[in-house]
Amino acid sequence: MRDFSYLRAGSVDAARQAAALPGAMLLAGGTTLIDLAKCGVAEPDTLVDITHLKGLDRIDVNERGATIGALAKMGHVADHADIKSRFPAISEALWQAASAQIRNMATIGGNLMQRTRCPYFRDPANFSACNKREPGSGCSAIGGVTRGHAVLGTSEACIAMYPGDLATALVAFDATVHLGERRLLVDDFFLLPGTTPDREHAIKPGEMITAIEIPSSAAARRSTYLKIRDRQSYEFAAASAAVGIEFEADGRTIRDLRVALGGVATKPWRARAVEDALKGKVLEPETIRAASLLAVEGAVDHGANHYKIELAPRVVARAILKLGETA
Amino acid sequence: MTVHNIRHGDASDGALAEAVGGRLSRVDGPAKITGAAKYAVEQQLEGLAYAVLVESTIASGKVRAIDTAQAEAAPGVLKVLTPDTIISLRTASDWFGTPPPDKPYCPLARDITFSGQHVAAVVAETFEQAVTAAALVKVSYDETPAIVDLSDGKAGDGIPIDAMTKEWGDAPAAFAAAPVRICAAYNTPREYQAPMEPHGLIARWEGDQLTVWEPSQWLDGMARTYAEWFEVPFENVRLVSPYIGGGFGSKALALSHGAVAASAAKMLGRPVKLVMTRPQTFTGYGGRAATRQTVTIGADHDGVIQSIVHRGVNETSIDGMWVEPLGSVTSIMYATPNFSSKQNVVRVNSVVPGAMRAPGENPSAFGIESAIDELAYEVGIDPLEIRLRNYAEQDPHAKKAWSTRQLREAFAAGAERFGWARRSPKPRSMRDGNQLIGWGVAAGTYPVRRAYGEAIVRILADGSVEVESSSIDMGQGTYTILAQTAAETVGVPADNVVVKLGDSRFPRAGVTGGSRLAGVMTGAVYKAATSALDQLVGLAISDPRSPFHALQANTLVVANGRIGSPRGDGPDVTIAELLKSVGRDCIEATGDTMPANSTAEDRYKNYTTIAMALPHTEGDYSRHSWCAHFIEVRVDEDFGTVRVSRVVSALDSGRLYNPKLAESQWKGGIIMGIGQALLEEGIMDRRHGRIVNNNLADYLVPTNADIPDIDVISVGIPDLHSSVLGGKGVGELAIVGVAPAIANAVFHATGKRVRDLPITLEKLI
Repeated sequence: MRDFSYLRAGSVDAARQAAALPGAMLLAGGTTLIDLAKCGVAEPDTLVDITHLKGLDRIDVNERGATIGALAKMGHVADHADIKSRFPAISEALWQAASAQIRNMATIGGNLMQRTRCPYFRDPANFSACNKREPGSGCSAIGGVTRGHAVLGTSEACIAMYPGDLATALVAFDATVHLGERRLLVDDFFLLPGTTPDREHAIKPGEMITAIEIPSSAAARRSTYLKIRDRQSYEFAAASAAVGIEFEADGRTIRDLRVALGGVATKPWRARAVEDALKGKVLEPETIRAASLLAVEGAVDHGANHYKIELAPRVVARAILKLGETA
Repeated sequence: MTVHNIRHGDASDGALAEAVGGRLSRVDGPAKITGAAKYAVEQQLEGLAYAVLVESTIASGKVRAIDTAQAEAAPGVLKVLTPDTIISLRTASDWFGTPPPDKPYCPLARDITFSGQHVAAVVAETFEQAVTAAALVKVSYDETPAIVDLSDGKAGDGIPIDAMTKEWGDAPAAFAAAPVRICAAYNTPREYQAPMEPHGLIARWEGDQLTVWEPSQWLDGMARTYAEWFEVPFENVRLVSPYIGGGFGSKALALSHGAVAASAAKMLGRPVKLVMTRPQTFTGYGGRAATRQTVTIGADHDGVIQSIVHRGVNETSIDGMWVEPLGSVTSIMYATPNFSSKQNVVRVNSVVPGAMRAPGENPSAFGIESAIDELAYEVGIDPLEIRLRNYAEQDPHAKKAWSTRQLREAFAAGAERFGWARRSPKPRSMRDGNQLIGWGVAAGTYPVRRAYGEAIVRILADGSVEVESSSIDMGQGTYTILAQTAAETVGVPADNVVVKLGDSRFPRAGVTGGSRLAGVMTGAVYKAATSALDQLVGLAISDPRSPFHALQANTLVVANGRIGSPRGDGPDVTIAELLKSVGRDCIEATGDTMPANSTAEDRYKNYTTIAMALPHTEGDYSRHSWCAHFIEVRVDEDFGTVRVSRVVSALDSGRLYNPKLAESQWKGGIIMGIGQALLEEGIMDRRHGRIVNNNLADYLVPTNADIPDIDVISVGIPDLHSSVLGGKGVGELAIVGVAPAIANAVFHATGKRVRDLPITLEKLI
């Protein structure tokens, strides 16, 4: 970790201006940033501390939806009574993420900016090739240890998996991110790697995440986040699914369905093909399992991560069927 | 140096907690929980400088050049150490005390034999400056192809280790003639000790006197190594290891990072602190070697074994030798008239592997305890029943009686508590919704390693008792059981005992490894305390100033800190009052477990090498601890995830000096075994010969959520062939057999036999 300047921003505007300067980064909970600085990936010249800014940690829930300030802590959002009742998938995604200690520090805005766990990305001293770190330097992961890498949304430049849980649930329910005045669907906020894997988010210099907004829906109210992983806690997803469902009056026919995948793609992955195939269908295990296979259409493995292609549809199917059981 | 005043534990300790065998809570617990415990590298020293290591980024080749110009110019940098600039050391002897080759030793490498080898170090005024400058050291290499692991085409068959060969009867012929034959290969990956406290030290020279604050499982052995490296007398090196944040075998030896820090301190004339980063702990020393075994068993249709043929391979480094004895359990667990076990060691470009909880026995048990389970299904006999049918009534290899072997009792007690009789024998026949349920059993064992220890026991003027020993407490409870031993032997309350450990200036102790320390040190303290008590009673009877002088008694009774006559008809005074009346401010006695007539040279070897340890089959008996694990797993049939939902283990560690602490160690071993079975694996980038999951986010060890309630049952009886007070080994035993019990349960749940650890989900979907 090299020396850096520390600046305490007096306002959101001041923070945005300071962070727009080359080499500057915003500091919120710091749980990702300090980690990346220690492993030599983040080398900020200036850290702009925003943790004390007033009003950015609010959680407002009303009939229209939820607005969550960028500085709200993951732990607080996970435990918020209205989030739990109206957006169970959001709460479940949060409490199954990281550890209690990290959730007490980490913020919602910072969570959206969380970077990949690709071991090659995280070890510049040993692996100089990484297009995400150094555009054009190559990809060390392709041909290497790939058990945790993406099978969806990959490119020849990058197969790094997006590791977060919250954003997976956010894209399922059409959440938007507030960048000051500009608003973007979370789905559009995250970029595919393509030929520019160093660009992960559609955020511009001078912009700062101020809030996320999740519109209310019947599907969000009846939702779940199912996370399958190697160990039971403090572990990234082998495959996960955020699913919400709304039935017709008969309680069996699917009116609305939301499905997003985590742990398998280069960004939070909305599985619209599964949604479209099942809308209007009656909830039957065979139908669900067959349609869930569409979740991994176009998936490409790199050897050791092949299991994700098998696993992800099963996670989707289980999550949908679990929601159906509570009908 | 560490001092504990014993405090009574909580109510669960029970009324007799303070005696040997009582459930006294750990006396070092409050200091650790409150943060008052000061670990080795937390010492605050005047003028402390900070060293940071630079590691090789290739696995094989030579350092061509090291450009230190930028690093040397960086702020605060005091010195950049390279093979060219570091002072020359002498090669030290190995842990057997084998005289070393007469050649220099350089802890920074020019010839690279593994990725992560130390090639340079930067010393600076602050830790941050050292980190920054270390990143500016530019090392260029001439790279050569590496042998990355056992499956590398260049690895070959390896070196036969003749000392590992164990044979009797004609195993191949008996196998060929057997009506039932099974043969399978079992593999375990590189595993890492992953202690909470990373390795590190502070080294300080005062003239030719070296003090090293370093977490250590073996103060005297490490002091010897430092003394030999720097060519100073053994007595000039002081090791201080007040608390240890976990070792699991990895903190028994002085390692190259220690040589770097002590060299830097000598060169600068300042104390130097060096602490490994977590990634460096994956290459700065060795974890458990990757192993391969084939086990073939020939049996009759009743499952009675006729022959076992076992072949094992473990990896070692290019220039170091580590033998993980893979036939250790194979050769003693079951009776067989014909047996053959052989082992090779294969050199790969890795740091030399090291000791990790139950080296040898752990992977050995994974092979034989999986194989006998396979035999059970092959012949259609319950996996518990087949173990009883092949029960070894004596040591099949040494052909000696067991000192004690409560394994049959362990099987019975564990099966009863677990409800094994309700097991449905067929695989995939028990389920709960999406969860396939499996029940597995496996046995484990660990030899009783016996060595030597010394202690001083002092009875002080205030009536309190002080115990000193250079042995250590890395969490297993040495402070506590030695306090109990001294309290009971002298006859004082345990909270009147102060135990001091972790300083090589104290009376000596051998390595804290191989589960030997408790048996050794309770023996030494018992002897010293008995001798101190004899002196005390002798004084009371014979000193003319003693209130007991006129009594003309043959003996007196000391209990609860008071002295009286056996019949209670004379004076009754406190120890403090007696000492005051006879004008003494201290009674001191030493005790040790060494053979009579030991020479000074014997004593040095006893405590600074492992060459003098007694074989567990010495004399008429074969001495081992034993255990049986009964484990339930739930396997999600869609996801392949394995969760351990129930563990009942019955264990024979002989007499327990403190059941609460023994149970904690057993549970710790079982938890580590669950990690080994399901999670732990060093994952190799074969192009670079480098372990890429070198941190605790990617090298998975179990969390609380992965561990169910664990039920442990003690079935041991005192074994006086094993130790002075009747205990056998505790610390390593319980991990042995956990992985095969889980693998066997997974087979019962799913019908899939996983022979490569860890059992990750992709192996089951």
